[in-house]
Order: sequence, then structure tokens, then C-alpha cells
Amino acid sequence: MKRTQLSRTHTLAVLVENKAGVLARVAGLFARRGFNIESLAVAPTDERFSRITIVVDAESAPLDQIKKQLDKLIDVVDIAELSLEESALREMVLVRLELDDVAKVADVEALVSGFSGSVLRTRNAHMMLSLSSRPDDLDSFLEKLQPYGIAELQRTGAIAIPGI
Amino acid sequence: MEMDGGSALLKALEFEGVDVVFGYPGGAIMPVYDSMVGGSGPRHVLVRHEQGAGHMASGYAHATGKPGVVMVTSGPAATNIVTPLADAYLDSVPVVAITGQVPYGLIGTDAFQETDTTGITMSITKHNYLVSDPNDIPQVVHEAFHIATTGRPGPVLIDLPKNITDVRNPQSAMTWTDPVPIDLPGFKPVLDGEPEMIEAAVELMLTATRPVLYAGGGILKARGAAELVTLAEKLNIPVVTTLMARGAMPDSHELNLGMPGMHGNYTAVMAMQESDLLIAMGSRFDDRVTGKVDAFAPDAKVIHVDIDPAELGKIRMPDVAIRGDAKHVMTQMLAAIGTRTPADHGQWRSTLSGWQENYPLAYEDAEPGGRLKPQMVLERLRDLSPEDTIVASGVGQHQMWASQYWKFDHPYTWLNSGGLGTMGYSIPAAIGAKVGMPDKTVWAVDGDGCFQMTCQELITASVEKIPIKVALLNNTYLGMVRQWQEMFYENRLSEVDLSGPVPDYIKLSEAMGCVAIRVEDPDEVDDAIERANAIDDAPVVLEFVTEPNENVYPMVPGGASNSEVVVPPFQQKGTD
Ligand SMILES: Cc1ncc(C[n+]2csc(CCOP(=O)(O)OP(=O)(O)O)c2C)c(N)n1
Ligand SMILES: [Mg+2]
Repeated sequence: MKRTQLSRTHTLAVLVENKAGVLARVAGLFARRGFNIESLAVAPTDERFSRITIVVDAESAPLDQIKKQLDKLIDVVDIAELSLEESALREMVLVRLELDDVAKVADVEALVSGFSGSVLRTRNAHMMLSLSSRPDDLDSFLEKLQPYGIAELQRTGAIAIPGI
Repeated sequence: MEMDGGSALLKALEFEGVDVVFGYPGGAIMPVYDSMVGGSGPRHVLVRHEQGAGHMASGYAHATGKPGVVMVTSGPAATNIVTPLADAYLDSVPVVAITGQVPYGLIGTDAFQETDTTGITMSITKHNYLVSDPNDIPQVVHEAFHIATTGRPGPVLIDLPKNITDVRNPQSAMTWTDPVPIDLPGFKPVLDGEPEMIEAAVELMLTATRPVLYAGGGILKARGAAELVTLAEKLNIPVVTTLMARGAMPDSHELNLGMPGMHGNYTAVMAMQESDLLIAMGSRFDDRVTGKVDAFAPDAKVIHVDIDPAELGKIRMPDVAIRGDAKHVMTQMLAAIGTRTPADHGQWRSTLSGWQENYPLAYEDAEPGGRLKPQMVLERLRDLSPEDTIVASGVGQHQMWASQYWKFDHPYTWLNSGGLGTMGYSIPAAIGAKVGMPDKTVWAVDGDGCFQMTCQELITASVEKIPIKVALLNNTYLGMVRQWQEMFYENRLSEVDLSGPVPDYIKLSEAMGCVAIRVEDPDEVDDAIERANAIDDAPVVLEFVTEPNENVYPMVPGGASNSEVVVPPFQQKGTD
């Protein structure tokens, strides 16, 4: 499984104007400048602005160029690079497990509670789980779940805001 | 005021001070054209191909300093302006493009002549808009002009669905309100450099012993030509003017070394290469200037001034990076220098003059009875035309010779496609320049290949009474490509022969309403040029039949270090 290599990524919190096509502009810029996106999460913060959290592969381009090129987009208002230490960084994952044995449900429940995740639903040997935590916690969580048989999973990509 | 979106667009253009629009009608933009009937709105120049309209807008903008406007319909017309938009984007020219679009409700249905114009042009415009509400037109147009002309200039496109411009459609009803002050929190160009950075730069400038001021197109965009001369004189620093900056400093000025780069003159190329300080002012370390980047100006510290911070450190890491407008920053530098005086550059200057003496820009005269030399034609054209003639060039060998052999003594007299290298640029750009500067002589210097790409705009020039002049340097080849095939592909010529026998450029030009003269004999050159310069009521085409195998020198081979600059064979003394 692909691990989130936080050390090899930069997390950018990008404030943009809520204009039609703004996501296409940001995504298009990354594509044509050859910057690799690890994950991207976006939602409005109010009527006028949206915040995008972009995790970029640090090896694909110098961070300085990525930030400056982003800043050239008229709809991009502000860009902050967030460090793992100082910022609030969270990601969520939804997982569907198909266990080969109902008896394993209890083990999974224990594992999930160890991570402070939630069991959303259990039906026979099928379980729906969720966890919201740091991306690297999600990595370990998923690694531990792997032997139980992950049928499907969806991560949201990291979201972050500067810390206090 | 109640009106429809189509009339509002014309009113908005007038509000922005637009006096001319270069365009071409069609389905989705027809309502706007209908609103023009009866003379509403700016002058309209009807082109013969939308690409021409785009380059005309660019030429107009560069020559006048005012934004150029191009207006076309959706679909194929919008895609026809993709090339001039990309051209204006790479050369930072303020152009506002207005495209018709299918009615808003049909967007996404593959409607007739629907293209995703904002999607297609996203990466070749500074910004673009798809307008859905006619009430937004005044403000969007206002913002578009602001963005196109502020900071690093560039093209901005406004896509207008037909339903919001068509007076017969109730969805076009709007209430005109004058635009409000611009509120773009994500677009706030910084003009002044940081004082500490200015001081750091000035200290380097005062102590350098082999400095070169690497002047780029940004100086012209900032309208800072006068400051450039003052700064160079104050510090006694030699200047190289890039292809985009020709004219920013008079070529007659003793500190001006001329054009650097792949076809720059030996002294300009070597001065940068051997310098201990490069002051990059509104220039962007283009690969055609630097040659092999790793080997470029190895001993130089770099001061880089640009209004676009993304240029700082993009190619070469500067020692002092200054974000700001070239004119502002040079003014700040001059103030910071005060009465301080620079280090002695005596030795440096004598090195430079030695190079100038040994390796001047030069060509061999034609053999008796041989074909015209293009360089000679350009020298005669330069000497026989008014001193402030505007020259617009195509792309190829003729472009390089024009830049090398013209003597520019005024800013904004040299128009060319530097960044994109768009063949066919010259004729439409010259037309745009002449529309904006009707009292100036405007010469298009064109190649036979380029001419065949956009010569139909000579019909526009005839019909609209825009008397440009074209010097067609007919070498019967796609000469620049032929030169590369000769030098780097063992002279395996592949698809570069334009010897025809058609077209007959004289008949073709005459059919388009031009006065046309073919010149083959060196003794006829002056006479033809003088006749052309005297004609002011029709476009003129002078076809100069030139030496087919002439090459452009000096030349830094693609990807090579600038130190490997190749001078013309007759200058190769085996000492370098
Ligand atoms: C639109 C476009 N197509 C192709 C090229 C590649 N190209 C660069 S120079 C050149 C030859 C130009 O021929 P001509 O106009 O006759 O000028 P010359 O080099 O002979 O002076 C070509 C094909 C280009 N720059 N632009
Ligand atoms: Mg040619």
C-alpha cells in the first residue's frame, strides 16, 4: 500500500475566490507545470472564498516555483505552506471490510477503538469503518487492517489550517 | 440604464477608452455586431482571418501602449485566435479578446460551433471569463482591461454566450451600472522593490568590474526606457538588449552592445558570458539567450528584477532578487546610488571594444551578378526610411537579420514574436501598429514562408486604408529551417523548398490591392525603397529576391554553451 510520505510532501493551504472554474485553473496549472499532486481537498469557507488543501510531491518541482506559479492565478488569494508540527492536519478515510470469519469482528472493533476510529455499521462479516486523524495515522490504520481484507477504501486527502 | 448585453459590451469598451476593435463576425457574436450597426462602439477593422485580428491587436498594443482588442465568434473563430493569444501570453502583450459563445443553456451539449473556449485558452491567457449574467458585463470588461494592463501584461479573454447579448432574447436584458473600483484580493502587483534589496543590488553594481545590464522586454512594458539609459550612463555599465528589448536603449548609444543570444552579436554574447555581474532587468533567462544554462555566465553574480516573482529563480538563482516594476526599481536604484561612483571598468571596456573590433556583425557582399544579400537590403531599408519607422518582423532568418541590422533608436519601434516564434506575425502586427500610429512609417519585414501564412491581411490593409509596407525577403526557402538542416543535419534538406514556381508575389500582392515591386538587382534596391516610402495611399510590397543559401551568424548551436558561439566563416581565424 502507498504510504503518505509526509517528509517528501509539502502541504499548501490555498485560499481562492469562489469563481467558476477555479479548481480547473489550479489543477491545470499543476498538470502543465509538471507538479505532482498527492491529494487535494476543497470546499467553500464562506460566500466568497474557498480553501484548498493541496499536498504536493516535493520532488516534482521546487516549492518556491509551485507557490509563485499558483500565486499568479488571479483567483488565488493566499498560499500558506503548513508544517506537520505547527498546523492542524487531518484526513479521513472510509473503509469497507469483508472478513472471512465473523469471529474477527471483535478484533477489528478493538483495532478501530485503538485508533479512536468508528465502526459505522457491521453486517455479518462486513464492516464499514471510518477514521479521522493525521495522514500517517491513517497509513498505519490501513496497514493493520490489510490482513482482514479491505474491499474498498476512500481517503479524503489531507485538510489543514495553520496552527495556534 | 436599461439595455441589452450586446449594447452593454460596446458601451463597456468605450468606457475603457477602446478606439478600435479587430474582428470578424459569426453566429454567436452576431448580436454584438448587430448592435454596431449605425456606428455604435469603437472603429471595427474587418480582418480576413481571425488569427490576423489577434496579431493586429498585439501590434496595436505594443506600438501604442494601449491594450489591443480582438472580437470573434465561437468555435472555429475562437480556436483561430488561440495562436495570437499564446503569442501575446509569451510576449506579455496586453490584449483583450472577446469571443461569442453558444447560448448558456446549450453549453456542454456539443452545440453547433461550441468549443470550451475558456478551457482551451486557460493556459495561454493571464485570465479568462465566461459571463452568464449580462449585468456582469461592465465589471467583467473593466476587470479584464485592468488585469491585461496591470503588473506583467498579458491577454485576457471574455467568453459571451449569445443569449446574454441578443436584444431579442429576454435573458439579455440588463441594467447598466458603471464599474466599481477593482476588488481582486488575489491580484495586487507590487511596483516598488524592497529598499534593502535595492541597496544590496546597488552595492554589487558599484563594485563589479565586469558588469552587464541584461535588458529585457519588461523595461518596455514598464515604459522605463529613459531610466535604463540614465542608469547605464550613471554606472557606466554596458547594456545588452534582448530580442524583446530592441529599442529600449538606442543602438547608437556607445554603451549598447546590441542583441545577445543564439543569433546575438559576438560581443553581446561574450560580454554576458564573461561578466562578473549580470543585472537582469525585466528579462527572463530565456533559453535562446542563455544557451546551455549550466554553462551560462559562470562567473557572474546575478541581480534579477522582475514584476513577476515567478521569474525570479525560475531558471537561474539570483544573488539579489527584486520583485518590482523595472521603471520603479531603476528609479529607486538611481536614488540609492546618489553620488556614489562605480568601480573602474576600463579593462572591461577595452576587452569589449576588442571583441567589437574583431567580431563585428558582418556579412560578405554579394558576388558581382549574384543574388541580393538580405542584410544589405535591410541596411538600405533602415537608412532610407524615417528614423522612427516601426518594424514588425516575421519569424525566421529575416527576423534575426532585421533585429541585427536595423538600428533602433526609439522604444516601441520593433515588433516581433519572440516567445512563441509565430510565423505570419509581421503583416497583421504591422497593420495593428499602423492603425494605432497612423503617422508613422510601418514596415513589415517578412519571409516568403511567413508571407504565405498571413498575406491575406493585405486585403484588410487595402480595404481599410491602412498603408503598411512589406519588405518580403524571398530566399525561396524556409530559410531558418534550411540553415539548421545544413548545419545540424548534414545538409539533408527536407521540405524546406518554396521555390515554387508559384506564387507570383507581385501578382498576388497586386490582386490584394497593393503596389508591388520585385527587386533583383542591387542597383534597384534604393529606388524601390524610396518609391515605397513615398506611397501613402496603399499598402506596398517590395519583393527582394535574395541569396537562398545565406546563413544567420553569429550562431550558438541549440543546447550548446554560449562560449561556443560560431562567427561567420570569413571571421573564423582559428584563434578562438
Ligand atoms: C507557425 C510556425 N510554423 C513553423 C515554424 C518553424 N519555423 C521557424 S522559422 C521557419 C522558416 C520561416 O521561413 P520564411 O518565412 O521564409 O523565413 P526565412 O527563415 O526564410 O527568412 C519555420 C518553418 C514556426 N516558427 N511557426
Ligand atoms: Mg524564406
